[in-house]
Parts: sequence; C-alpha cells; structure tokens
Amino acid sequence: MTTSLPRIGDPMRVPNTTTMRDAFIDAAADLLDIDPRVAVVLADISVGHERFAQAAAEHPDRVLNVGIREALMVSAAGGLALTGMRPIAHSYAPFLVERAYEQIKLDFEHQGVGGILVSVGASYDWSQGGYTHFSPGDVALFDTMPGWTVHVPGHPKEVGGPLRAAALTDDKVYMRLSTIANAAPHQTAGRLSLIKSGDGPLVIAVGPALDNVLLATAGMSVSVAYANTVRPFDVEGLRALAHTGEVVLVEPYLEGTSTRVVAEALLDRPQRTLAIGVKRADLHKYGTPADHDRWHGLDPASLSERIAAFAR
Amino acid sequence: MTVTSARFGYDDLRGLIKRVVDVKHAPEDSTLDVLWTLYDRVLDLSPETLDSPDRDRFYLSKGHSPGSFYAVLAAKGYIPDAWLDQAFTAGSRLGGHPDRLLVPGAEISSGSLGHGLPLAVGSALGLRAQGLLKPRLYVLLGDAELDEGTNHEAMAYAGATGLSGITAVVIDNGSASHGWPGGIASRFTAQGWTASEVDGRDHDAIEAALRGHDGNSPHAVVAFATSTHF
Repeated sequence: MTTSLPRIGDPMRVPNTTTMRDAFIDAAADLLDIDPRVAVVLADISVGHERFAQAAAEHPDRVLNVGIREALMVSAAGGLALTGMRPIAHSYAPFLVERAYEQIKLDFEHQGVGGILVSVGASYDWSQGGYTHFSPGDVALFDTMPGWTVHVPGHPKEVGGPLRAAALTDDKVYMRLSTIANAAPHQTAGRLSLIKSGDGPLVIAVGPALDNVLLATAGMSVSVAYANTVRPFDVEGLRALAHTGEVVLVEPYLEGTSTRVVAEALLDRPQRTLAIGVKRADLHKYGTPADHDRWHGLDPASLSERIAAFAR
Repeated sequence: MTVTSARFGYDDLRGLIKRVVDVKHAPEDSTLDVLWTLYDRVLDLSPETLDSPDRDRFYLSKGHSPGSFYAVLAAKGYIPDAWLDQAFTAGSRLGGHPDRLLVPGAEISSGSLGHGLPLAVGSALGLRAQGLLKPRLYVLLGDAELDEGTNHEAMAYAGATGLSGITAVVIDNGSASHGWPGGIASRFTAQGWTASEVDGRDHDAIEAALRGHDGNSPHAVVAFATSTHF
C-alpha cells in the first residue's frame, strides 16, 4: 500500500456563501488564466456558469464543451493529456464516473497519462431528481483502478487547494463535490485530522459526513478524525490514531468502500470495523438529502445509535 | 518528409506478418495497404521523431489483429523485427492489442473498440490549444467498430466544431453485423466531414484520399478491402 500523499496547496480564498461547485469553477477559471496546460472539458453541465462562460470567451481553445457526450468528454480529456495538456473533466457524478467508467479505465491509466475529474451530485444531492442522478458507487469504482487520488471535500474552502495542487502534477485525480457541506472547513494536507479525542473507538468521518458525526458523538468518549482525501488513504495516521483497534468508518458514499483499506492497514493487530455509508439500495424515493441520510442511517440519530452499539 | 532507412519493403510485409500470427487462424490483413501507405508515404513521422510535438500521429483504434501494424512498424524501423517472433509470449512487448507503453510507434493503447476517435478528438484539441497546427491525426477504424456509439459522439462533435486536423480511415471489409445502409461515408458527411471512398489495395488512390482533407473540416477515408488468406 502506498503511503505517499498528494501535495496540497493553500486553500483558495473563497467567500463563505459559495458552494463547492462555485469554488471549483472559480479555481478552475483561475488555473486557466495562469497555466496554459490546463483545459476544461465539459458535457453541458456547468457550461452556463458565469465564470466558465467568461473563461470560455477568454480561452476558447481550452474551455471545451462537447455537448451531452460524457464518454467523449472523458476520452477527449485523455487525448488532451496525450499531447501534454492537463485536462479537467467535469459533470454530474453518475455520468462522469459510471457512464464513462471504461473511458476512465482505459483512456488515462492504460494510456500512461493523467487527468482531473471533478463531479457534482454525490450520492443523492439532487434527491428530488431520483436514482438516475445518484452516484453512491463512484469512489468504489475508482478503487477498482490503480493510482487514483480521491478527494472528498467537506466544505467549499477545501476545493481550490487540492485542485490547484492537482493541476501541477500529471496524477490521476478525482474530486467528489457535494452541495452538502460542513459548517467549517478543515485543511488536512491529505492526512487524517484529529477533531476530538476519547477513550473509545476511532470514528473516521469523510468529507460532508463530519458534522453529522460530531452531532452523533457529542456525548461519547470516542475519537473523531476527519478525512477529505481518501485515496491514497492516510494509513500512517490511521495506525497512529486507532489505539483500540476499533474503527468506525462514516463515508457519504457506498457503505464499506474503505473497509478493505482499514483492514489492510491494521492487519498486524486485533481490530473491529464498523462501516457506515450509503446502502446498496435503490429506494425509489425522492425527498431531501436529509431524508436519504435518515433512510441510509447517516443522520445524527442513527449514527449515534450505531456507534454507541459498536462501542459498547 | 522524414523517412528512416527501411530495412524491409512492401514485399517483405507478409513474411513479417507470418512471424507474428498463425495465419491459418488470423488471416486479417485488410489494414495492410492503408498502414503501409500511411507509414511509407503520408505520415511526417520516423523512429527519430516519435517525441517531436510537431509529428503527425497515427492512432490505431481498431487494435484487433495487429499483425499488419507490427509488421509495418518493424519494416520502418520503429521496433526490432526480432520482436515479431516472440509476440504474445510472457515478457513480449507485442500482444493481441497494442500497448503504447510497450511499443514504440504505438501512439495509443487500443483493443476496446470505440476509443481511438474520441481520443483523437481530445488530441486534436490539445494540439490546437498549443498552437501546433501542422501535425495531422490519422485514426484507423474498422467498419464493425463503427457500431460503438462513442465513435458517433466523436464524429458529431468533430464535424460540428470543424476539427480539421483529424483524418479517420475506416477499413470496410463488410464485417459490421448489420451493415451501413447508404454507406459509411454518408455517416461522416452528414456530420460535416469531407469523405473519400477508395480501393483499400490501391496505394496511389489511398495516398490521394489520405491527403484529401480541405483544411476546414475533418476528413474521412473509407477504404474497401477484404481480408486475404496468404
């Protein structure tokens, strides 16, 4: 298992009201201005955003909208990289990652090139849109392929730094943006960041799941660590913090996605892991993201109950 | 045009292919004359210029049956011809589908159909963004490969945006299960490409078609060629 961690730059200065998508677009537009290697490839999603429209006018050869053609968008990103460019492809998570999965598999790693993929939508951000626009399995899909860095920001201010750092490399980088955000940002430099210490299990909260985890564990003597870079996972940090060998993973995507990583990291000691995340279920339901959190057991009350039962 | 001292000529190619494949089971050579004409007459490319940003690129999208491709690369000095004898074995750089990390001259890794033209779209965009307007991107596809929808995403976008640096060469050996009523060329011209149809064994005609782009639109060459058992 690799222990190398991505370089993380300074957080971009963004206003408090901005969304992760706004923060991404601002940062990408800034990168277009300063780095002639950077090209943004879109498939209609976010094309109308003011800063992208402005960037497209200023850099027509490097802001490229292929229409509603996600497979082409991802392959074209790979083709750009073959000429030495640094592509950023962006769309809704299910279309960027699930529809174009083979393009991701073959047109970066297998070609020996890198790229940056940035999604919006997450597991059920647009809950009213239903299952077609949900992508709880995206991080698990990246786990089937070698060498991807995966960022799951928990706050708009956690977006620009990793994006800017990624642009300086030729790495394969996925950023999973969400409309759900924690109240405050946490800069992690790619490592597990200890939020609170206790005697019980180590609870690892990923990205936007942190605030619910903090509410759920408010009265418990557990440790809570925050991660917004999950691949490569901070194995050294995990080993240092998992004193009891008891780990609770709370991931805002497919339940159990990182169980393998924890098991491998703690192979030399007795361990128990509780994985909490989005269930393998098509609920055929709409409602709000908070409703889906509750249905999947990711709301504070459910988390509290499950973590307390595990810690007993 | 830069051409290295070829150690083998056209008449040697079938002998080279036989070193790669069991011809009784893999007689596919419908791509041979187009490949030879590209490398012998058209591509501004040599083993010495493989890293030059200004080189022409050839993307073999139809990665199946690469014997002809490997034979041409060996004939033109991109790979040692001794590699042909070891193809497909453990440790060989030459496999059933070309891997660009293993084969000098293979600009893309291919095998899964429908990736070459979309990759070429991105590369054409990348070259344009860097002001590299001289290089041309040639992509070789098969008529059955066109079944894959990703090609049609690339055709529509390249035509609509006038990506004039691309030439798609479709080898039509009639292997598409449901055919292409009205012809393959019409699929391209309907999307804003120019297109030529050519006898896939006639080197002069192939060369003229490969040079048939007008500088404003992407160009397609449909080369009719049946496979020959030899």
